[in-house]
Amino acid sequence: MSPVLIAVLILSAIGLVCALVLVLASKFMAVPVDEKFPAIRACLPGANCGACGYAGCDGYANALAAGEEEKTNKCIAGGQEVAKAVAETMGLAFEAVVEVNAFVHCRGDCLNTQKRTEFQGARSCAAAKLLFGSDGACHYGCIGYGDCASVCPENAINIINGIAHINDIRCMGCGACARTCPQGIIEVLPKEFEVAVSCSNHDRGPAVKKACAVGCIACTLCAKKCPAGAITMVNNLPEIDHDKCTGCGTCASVCPQKVILFGNKV
Amino acid sequence: MTKVLMIAFMMVFTQNYVLVQFLAICPFLGVSQKFDSCIGMSGAVIFVMTLASAVTWLIYTYVMVPLGLDYLSTIIFILVIAALVQFVEIFLKKFIKPLYNALGVYLPLITTNCAVLAVTLLNISEKYNLLESCVDGFSAGVGFGLALILFCGVRKALERAKPPKSWAGLPITLVAAALTSMTFMGFTGIADKLFG
Repeated sequence: MSPVLIAVLILSAIGLVCALVLVLASKFMAVPVDEKFPAIRACLPGANCGACGYAGCDGYANALAAGEEEKTNKCIAGGQEVAKAVAETMGLAFEAVVEVNAFVHCRGDCLNTQKRTEFQGARSCAAAKLLFGSDGACHYGCIGYGDCASVCPENAINIINGIAHINDIRCMGCGACARTCPQGIIEVLPKEFEVAVSCSNHDRGPAVKKACAVGCIACTLCAKKCPAGAITMVNNLPEIDHDKCTGCGTCASVCPQKVILFGNKV
Repeated sequence: MTKVLMIAFMMVFTQNYVLVQFLAICPFLGVSQKFDSCIGMSGAVIFVMTLASAVTWLIYTYVMVPLGLDYLSTIIFILVIAALVQFVEIFLKKFIKPLYNALGVYLPLITTNCAVLAVTLLNISEKYNLLESCVDGFSAGVGFGLALILFCGVRKALERAKPPKSWAGLPITLVAAALTSMTFMGFTGIADKLFG
């Protein structure tokens, strides 16, 4: 037999053996895949943002398929359409998704507050925070090196004049920024909320005045004037009870520092 | 024993596949962005390289040499490695679920990894025996993992730096890879002195 023929034959034989082994393996070692899982997973957007509280879309789909999770409206990034699709696939009643946006509880940009020290380390809020709390005059506010912007999967955060601004249109409310912010001043709030407090400084009035031009001076005027009694002062900051709030806007209009934002909260 | 140790040392440091021989650059650049994926990829490569070394050595010695087909080693090894990786994936999925969860995503990527093929071909050309081949495969995988994890650290630092616009992204990454590779040139010659 010619050497060419032997080579071709042996190579084909090896290929055939490999193919046979693989076919047999896939026949006898097949793992039954849960039918629900791929169907649910196909409904989810695949952003893997973690807003549902699971490790990515696979995690949420797995929990739904295994029956550990019953809420079909946890995908905030996907919104109503995804919730509807998931509810249909699961055969459960549709529940509306509460639409949320991230909100920065600080407005101390470089026009309103100053730096206390000049920080020359790595451009990261977490690094700046390690060094005496923060390099800003206000220990509580936005440090402005953009740790939140770097983790945002939608590029919805811009650092403008040394403070994080959230683009409400791009923000899908996954809360990655809120988990990253070393100051803990980013919060994910439902879009329907009418009022929000744009300061996180727990100091008393005079100290706040020194540090920032737009800080809450804890005058308690909002708490006194609120007709619904929805505002209480906690640690020198107003806390709004959104169940009681009627959205009248009185607090925003009486606030001397314009710290409480009403309506379009930006 | 000395020879086995020498093979291991050479594969990890002086003859590192990624940083000295410039093989497997694709996964090296693609997977080195996150530490977790580095660990997963390294684990999968170590696993597949060791297994592939053993299997191809057996096939070469007991099938190809008796039939005088040693000139076909490249094409047969590609075939065998591809089938092997697929088989391992099915096997892990069925019997060792935790390992599959850790390595599963990376296994299909390795099917066509040139470093895996290089290990098996090198085993033949260096005339290693079965044990030496396995050690060679294992330590080549460790070397790949070392390069990947080191470079992951370099990339972390790169993310903070602001290169000129024309350099941003892949160009500066390639420059950093070249510099990382130069550090490994320092190991050249150590192996002979250590084990010679």
